[in-house]
This record gives sequence, C-alpha cells and structure tokens, in this order.
Amino acid sequence: MLYIECPYCGLRSQNEFAYGGDGTVKRPTLNKEVSDKEWDNFVYNRKSPRGKHVELWHHISGCRQWIKVQRDTVTHEIFKTVSADKEI
Amino acid sequence: MSQTYRLNNSGQINRDKKISFKFNGKKYFGYEGDTLASALLANGIHLVGRSFKYHRPRGFFGAGVDEPYAIVQMVRNNETEPNVRATEQELFEGLEAKSVNCWPSVNFDIGAINNFFNKFLPAGFYYKTFMWPKSFWYRIYEPFIRKAAGFGVASTKYDSERYEHKYEYCDLLIAGSGPAGLSGAYAAAKNGARVILAEEKPRFGGSLLTSEVNIGNQSGKDWAEKIIAELKEMPNVTVKNRSQVFGYYDHNMLVMSEKVSDHLPKTKKFSPKQRLWYIRAKEVLISSGSIERPIVFGNNDTPGVVLASAAKEYLKVYGVLVGKKPLVFTNNDSAYETAIEFKKNGIDPIILDSRNAPKSEIIEEAKNLGIEIKFSYVVVAANGYKKVKSAQIAHISSDKRNLGKIEKINCDCICVSGFWTPTIHLSSQSGNKTKFDEKIDAFVPGKSKQNETTVGSASGIFNLEETISTSFEKGYQLSKKITNNDNKVSVPQVSEKKFTNHDKFWCVPLPDKKNFKRFLDFQNDVTVSDIELALREGYRSIEHVKRYTTLGMATDQGKTSNLNGLQLVSDVENKVVPSVGHTTFRPPYTPVSIGAIVGREIGKHSKPTRKSPMHSWHEKNNAVFVDAGMWLRPRYYKKGNEGLFEASKREAENVRKNVGVCDVTTLGKIDIKGPDAAEFLNRVYTNAWLKLPVGKARYGVMLREDGIVMDDGTTTRISENHYHMTTTTAQAANVLSHLEYYLQLVWPDLNVNVVSTTEQWAGAAIAGPKSRSLLQKLFPNKDLSNEGLPFMGYTEGDLFGVPARIFRISFSGELAYELNVQSDFGNFMWEKIIEVGNEFEIQPYGTEALSTLRIEMGHVAGSELDGRTIPYDNGLDGLISKKKDFIGKRSLNREAFIAQSRQKVVGVVPLDKKTSIPEGSHLVKDASAKLPNPKLGHISASCWSVEYNNPFSLAIVKDGKNMIGKKLYALSPLKNKSIPVEIVSSHYVDPKGERVRS
Repeated sequence: MLYIECPYCGLRSQNEFAYGGDGTVKRPTLNKEVSDKEWDNFVYNRKSPRGKHVELWHHISGCRQWIKVQRDTVTHEIFKTVSADKEI
Repeated sequence: MSQTYRLNNSGQINRDKKISFKFNGKKYFGYEGDTLASALLANGIHLVGRSFKYHRPRGFFGAGVDEPYAIVQMVRNNETEPNVRATEQELFEGLEAKSVNCWPSVNFDIGAINNFFNKFLPAGFYYKTFMWPKSFWYRIYEPFIRKAAGFGVASTKYDSERYEHKYEYCDLLIAGSGPAGLSGAYAAAKNGARVILAEEKPRFGGSLLTSEVNIGNQSGKDWAEKIIAELKEMPNVTVKNRSQVFGYYDHNMLVMSEKVSDHLPKTKKFSPKQRLWYIRAKEVLISSGSIERPIVFGNNDTPGVVLASAAKEYLKVYGVLVGKKPLVFTNNDSAYETAIEFKKNGIDPIILDSRNAPKSEIIEEAKNLGIEIKFSYVVVAANGYKKVKSAQIAHISSDKRNLGKIEKINCDCICVSGFWTPTIHLSSQSGNKTKFDEKIDAFVPGKSKQNETTVGSASGIFNLEETISTSFEKGYQLSKKITNNDNKVSVPQVSEKKFTNHDKFWCVPLPDKKNFKRFLDFQNDVTVSDIELALREGYRSIEHVKRYTTLGMATDQGKTSNLNGLQLVSDVENKVVPSVGHTTFRPPYTPVSIGAIVGREIGKHSKPTRKSPMHSWHEKNNAVFVDAGMWLRPRYYKKGNEGLFEASKREAENVRKNVGVCDVTTLGKIDIKGPDAAEFLNRVYTNAWLKLPVGKARYGVMLREDGIVMDDGTTTRISENHYHMTTTTAQAANVLSHLEYYLQLVWPDLNVNVVSTTEQWAGAAIAGPKSRSLLQKLFPNKDLSNEGLPFMGYTEGDLFGVPARIFRISFSGELAYELNVQSDFGNFMWEKIIEVGNEFEIQPYGTEALSTLRIEMGHVAGSELDGRTIPYDNGLDGLISKKKDFIGKRSLNREAFIAQSRQKVVGVVPLDKKTSIPEGSHLVKDASAKLPNPKLGHISASCWSVEYNNPFSLAIVKDGKNMIGKKLYALSPLKNKSIPVEIVSSHYVDPKGERVRS
C-alpha cells in the first residue's frame, strides 16, 4: 500500500485516497473553439508512461483536497507531491 | 499408549501439565509446550498422512514452518480447519486432528495404488491426459481430479470466530527473534527507537533455543530470555510471539498474522482468533534466519527421514527422540550437533559424512564422545514403507559420481542435513535484487530497494559472533538514523564452536540398475526424474519448469525444495545456479487464513449501514427495507398480508388520491457558497443558472466531459451567494468529488466552497392533491397558496418551533413539497406530518411506490441515466443551453451523439394490458426471428400504473422519436417471456405537467 504525502495532512496510507488519473491533462478553456482532435485528446487519449508520471489523487477520506503526485509507475517511488494549484 | 520416545528430563516443556488429545480418533497424551508433532513423535507416531500424487506414507520432516508433510485437519471448538501444520500447532487439552489425503485410513490408503502406476503419472500428466475429448472435462476429469486432489476439507459452516485487523506504525520492525533479531531489537530499543519485534513461534530465541553457545557468560537460551524480559518492560517496544510477518509490500508496509487463540482450546471472550497487523515501518530489520535443506537420495520421503535440525529441536525443546537408532547423513558440521545431542541422551548415532576427512572442533568432539563417523559415505536409499527400517549406504568417490558397494545398515530414522538456505522471502518481496553466494551455495539479499536490512543467517552469515556484532551495529545505526539518539550499548562476548566448510553436494547418484524415487518437492511429489523429463521436453525457464512440474508450488512454497530444484536444473543444463535464477518470492510466506484477511468486514459489517433519523419510526410501522447504496430505505410499509405489489400499489394510489409522505433524507445534499457560486453552477449544469432568483429552485442536469449524463437534481438559491444542491442518493459522493475537482484544479479562480450536508438535513416529501392543505396546517402562519409559494418556490417556516426549509418540488408528478429540518428533529418532523396528516388520510410511501409514480410520469432516474445516455436520449435536450459553455458540452457535437436514429426514452404498454414486462427485456420487431434477434432497445423500468391500472414501462429505444405508435415484442429469455407491446409517450400521466403547478 502506497504512502502518500498529502501537502495538507502529511504522510497517509493509500486507502485514504482515490486515484484521479493523469495530472498533466489540461481542460480546454470554456467558450473557445476546440477541434475534434483536441477534444478527443482531452477526454479520452492518455499516455501510459513507464517511469515518472504526474498523477492526481484525491484525499477523499481526509482533507478532500485534490493533489498532484509524481510517481514512478514501475517502482512506485513517489518523488514529489504538491497541492492542486501548483505544478510539478 | 505411553510416551515411549520422550526423554525423562530434557526439553523446555511443562511436565507438570499433562494434556490429552486425539489423533485419528485415538487418544494420546503430551505436555504443555508440545506441538501436535512433538506429542505424536513422543508417542512413536511417524505416519501422519499420505502424499499428494502417489499417496505414499508421509511423516514429519521439519519442526516448524518449513514442514512439507504433516498437514492435518483440525477440530477446535466444534469448528473444522484444514491445512494445519502439525509442527506449528501447539497442543491444547481436547485437541482433535486427523490425517488428510487418505481413504479409508492413513494406514490403508486405496490411493496408494498410484504409487504402482507412477510410470503413468509423470510431470505434466494432467496437461497431457485430460485434454480430450473436450466434453469429458466437466463431467469426468474435473470432478475426479477435484476429489483426488487437495489436502483437507474446508468447512461449509459459517465461521463463528472473530478476526481483527490492526494498523500500526513503528520506527523499526524486526522479523524474527533469533540471535540477530534480539541483538538488533535490543540495540535499537536502547537507542530510543519504537520497535516491534515479531516471532513466528511461541518461544522467542530462534536458534538459541537449540544451540550450544555462550553469550555474555550465559547460555544462549538464558541470554535470549533475559533480553526478551528486558524488551518487554520497555515502553517503546512491542514484542509479539506467534506472529508471522508474511508479506513485504510497497513503501515499507508489512503485514503480519498473529495467531492469538489458535493454541487455546477456545477463543477467550473479547479476544479474536487471529489478528492481521498492517505495519508501516520506517526501517525493517529482517532476521528471518535460515532453513536447513535436505540431501536428495532414494526414497527420501519415507517416514523417519527428518532434517537434522528438526531432530535436534525435538530433542532440545520437546525432549523427544525421533528415533532410537539414528543415522545422521550430512555434508556439513551443523548436523554433528544433532548427533552429539543424541549421544548425550544415551542414544548411539552413526554419522555418514559425504566429505573426505574434514577437520574441525565439533568433529573432534564427536570423535571424542565415541560417535561412529563414516567419511565419504552417503545414504543411497531408505528402506521401509511406513517407517524407515534400514538404510542402503555406500562409499562415494571424491568427484561424487561413483558409488562403492552397497551396504545395509539398520536404523529407525535418518537425520539429513544438506547445509542451510537463508530465508530471503521478505527481502525479495521488498524488491531486493538477490545474489548467489558461492560460499554457501544459496541466494542472499543484495542491494536493498526499500528501507530493509537483512542480518544474521538470513543474510548468509552462519557465524554467531559476526551475527551478533553486526546486528547490534545495524540496530544502533538504523535507530540513530531515525531518532538521532546516540546511546550505544556494548556487544556481549560470544563463544561458539568453529565450523569448517560444507561439501558442495546435494544429490546422491542412483546406483546401477536401480531406480529409486528421489524427491525434491515432498508436498507436491516432484522427483528428480520429473524435472529431468521437463528439461528433456524443452522447458528451460525456471518459472516454466516450476509450473509444469509444480515444484515449489505447494502450501510450503518449496521452503526445503527450491534450491535443490535449481541445483538439478543447473546440473542438467550445465549452467551455474545464478544464471538459472530463482523463481519469484511472493507473499504470503506462510498460508494465511481467509478469515484473517477478511477481518471483521463480513456480513453487515462489510460496509457501513446508513440510516435516516426516521428509521426507527419506519421499523415500528412495518417498513420492509431495501439497500440503496449504504442506506437502508423503506421499500414499502406492510399492512396485514400485503406483499410488495399490493402495498406499493396502495401507497401510490393514495398519493394520487390523497396525500403521502416519503423519507427523502438519503438524497445527496451539497451546500454551495461564495460570490462565484452562480457562475460555477452555470458551468456545471447544462441549463442557465445566472438568473435564478433568491427563493427559487431549478431542476438541473450535469454531464461528464464525455457528454454522458452524470446526475440530476434540484438546486435552490437560499440567499444571494448561497445555494442548496440535491443529488441522487447513488451519485452523492461522486458529484461532490466532481465539484471539488473543478473548483480545485480547473477553475481555482472561482471563489466558491462546497461541502456535503447530506447528513445534516432530514427530508420528507409530501405529495398528493391534499398536500397543500396538510402543509397549511403544519405552517398556519405562512402563505402557501399557489401565488404565495408557486411551483419551484422556496421558503422557510417554523414547524412547531423547529426551523424548516420548505421546497415546492415534485418527483411524483403530483402537487408536492419537500420539508427539510436539522437531522436531530427529523423524527419530530415526521411524526408531526403523520399526526396532522391523519385527517387528510396520509400514508407513508416507500421507494417502490416512489418508482411507480415517477415511471408513469415519465421522469427519468438511475435506470435511464445509466452512464450510457446523453440528455437527448432522456428527453432532456430542452435543458441544453445554446448560449453558454458547460462541462461536457463539446462532446454533444460528436457524430454519434447527433445521429438522427439515436435512442430515446419512450413508454411501453403491453397489448393485453395485463402482462407486466420484466425489466431488462429486449424490444424486437419479430419475436420469432433467428438469433441473434436484432435488438431495438431495452426496458429500463417497469411499474403497475395506478392511474390506468395496467402495466407500464419505460424503455430506451433506437430512433425512439419515430417509434411511438409502433407495435413490437418485449423478449425476456431469462423469464421465458415474449410480450406483444405498443410504444407510447413516456409521459403516460399528466403529460402537460399541470398537477405540479396546480
């Protein structure tokens, strides 16, 4: 079970969190023309990288904050966690 | 029967406490402190079971966790339990056990016929034989194999024992309380670290319990007892026996199974049978020791062939002789300790040593004691069927290829030692890259991946002095790293006998024209020839050889067999062991009961149960409940002999005719505040929200980004910057996460806060033509006329002194209101509604009547908003704003979502107006068409329309817009029904929605 450092609560076990997918995806701005391809990439297309990956976790049984976690998808090593408003 | 193999004074058992037990129906005696194995051996019982494949007689091989044979079926406190290792099961008064895998008895087992047909049962036999004909698998092969295979029988009864889970955190977890573990624990504890020391056995001390060594001027055993006593007194130390750390998981999470009560006749009150510990350790010290491995020879599975270390443990810990004419067969010095122990207890052993005249202190001691030693001698085969009667021995050449003349020697047991294998399971599970150590012919931990350090013989150090000094040092260093303390304790003086090198010899060659079975894996009956066959057939990878032959795949996980298997593969393939590699070590290290894994999360404890504040009223009024997620909701209120159909029909009719009240506390409620709340709702919902006035509610639909409907509900503007959102019961948690996602990640610039208030408000829906009259009586001072509180209006009132929120919203399609009060007053509100409502013939209604009312009104709910439909499909396209952007809007332009023939929700009525249509039925044009019959749609929800007194269903149908008026068939193959139906509008009752506005 992973041990994830919530920037608000400190180190907590994985079972307090919900996985939130790829943390690098950016939603297209509202009221802007978006091509089919651009929209598909936002909604459906995800990379499945081997190695370092920035992902979202939601501290659902804790402070209820969404956080960004940089994790190695092979070794599960966690390099960095930041609050949702920051970039990794 | 008396304990004829019990010594008079040796051992660490309590001779003052005699214990009776039963094995295979016969009564025996043992002592407190015995295991089932030691007590049986004391009574001269060697035959305990039959082997897996050939049903050969099997006895005891080890004295602990590595035991491959002695697996029994236990009865404890009227519960039966399979797969119990007799070597680990402590004796208690009244214990009952029996042999497994034999019929009719362990002494006469019909299955042993396999032994004579063994030519027909080679490796991969099952793969090769049971392939054809295909139809035979289910009828003949599978039931036959199932009956023949497996040890023991699982109970079919509900397990009445309690199992617990515990989460723990520590600085340093130490797995194993042998010399290494004790040293590490002591040094770390004295340096202020929070330590957990786990020992799988009931006794602490590991090898110190059986070895003749001196630590700090006392015997090893006394030193261990002193250290344990001191550790137990320290507040920063947790010491646990009968506790096996069996798994090493990510981020230094280890799991340990503590057998709290298995050694007692009955679990004590308020105590669990077993406890599973999830331990997050900053550092882990693995001191799991090593397991002796056998030398492979002919018929080496005969009862009476035991590991030399096990024979020593039976002598020293239990005062039990595994035999009175022992033969000790070894390639190293450690087995000499066993021989010396026999000699000291008046038994004359004979040592066969495969080495050519080795020299060491302990060999000298054995010689001086007058023990007969034959160097360059090996056991070729054991004689005897149910017990060793004699051994065939021979001289072996120095290249270990040629045997001399075979001699017969009488003996009743063969104590075998092929050197030691470090227990690297935990290190390997943590991701440690193990390496092969040529000096000890075994794998040892290499570079650590997680915060784990291996010490003692688990790391390949077989010298006590080095073990103790390095373990003290590691304990000190690791604790210093964590606590920053610097209290170093001194390392005690150690004296022990020095051993010389072992012989790199592991398998006795077959003599000419002899074909003895030589077992590698004793539990799965894998022999040397099975591995050779697999290699001949082209299996190369050790992982494939393992799976094909089942080597190391039994419940002992090959603790005594894996390394010899690797040696054999490398010999045949002419490779070195490290290039063959070892198979993956996976948790659990030892079998863990399913009960311990599940813990207390069983039955109704498998999830929390949520109840509304009115729950006890519902109970008192004969509610029949239904699970709605974690909530319990009244499905209907039973009157007299009513069933679901009659009760829900009565309740729904009463809503249409008079007035009904329904508990809607379970609806998700989210409080939304902030200056940007309106803008936020405008982005979340598909319709317009910026102009909603204070004191008004609006129905809204929210989408996922892929355009699929996520949820619907009403949101009310309580004040300028304050909204009250409701969600469906099922989606409440998801909607909150969804809103938090957008506020925190996508639009952090919006000044809005959301919080769940589901449990803060109790809700009651009051629906029916008489609801306004009732409400007026509840709030006599409020203007509740159609003008005073119009449809979708909101106001606040005083309910007999309790502040209440009044919403004029309707799910039933009738004139209806919803009242919310603080949860504490929920029951008060409910009772007042019933009390005042009596004059209006009020009846409570449950979820079944609620469904009926919404279905015949054509209101969509979970069965239509099923995660596959877009607003258009549900007839909600009128709610899609063309003027603004919102979550998921862009997806609605996708080709498939604007297709003209898109599915749509419609109404369905059976032509005979009598036959109810099962939910899930498929709609087809031609009921008798060839399969697969093209499907036009499916029935999503069915009810008995109380308005028209006939069945009515909702369906999602292709090209639904143009289907109204068409006649189709509803097919339900599961219920064997084919019903002619007509497609009608989904708004079956009050299509113009006049009632809600009346």
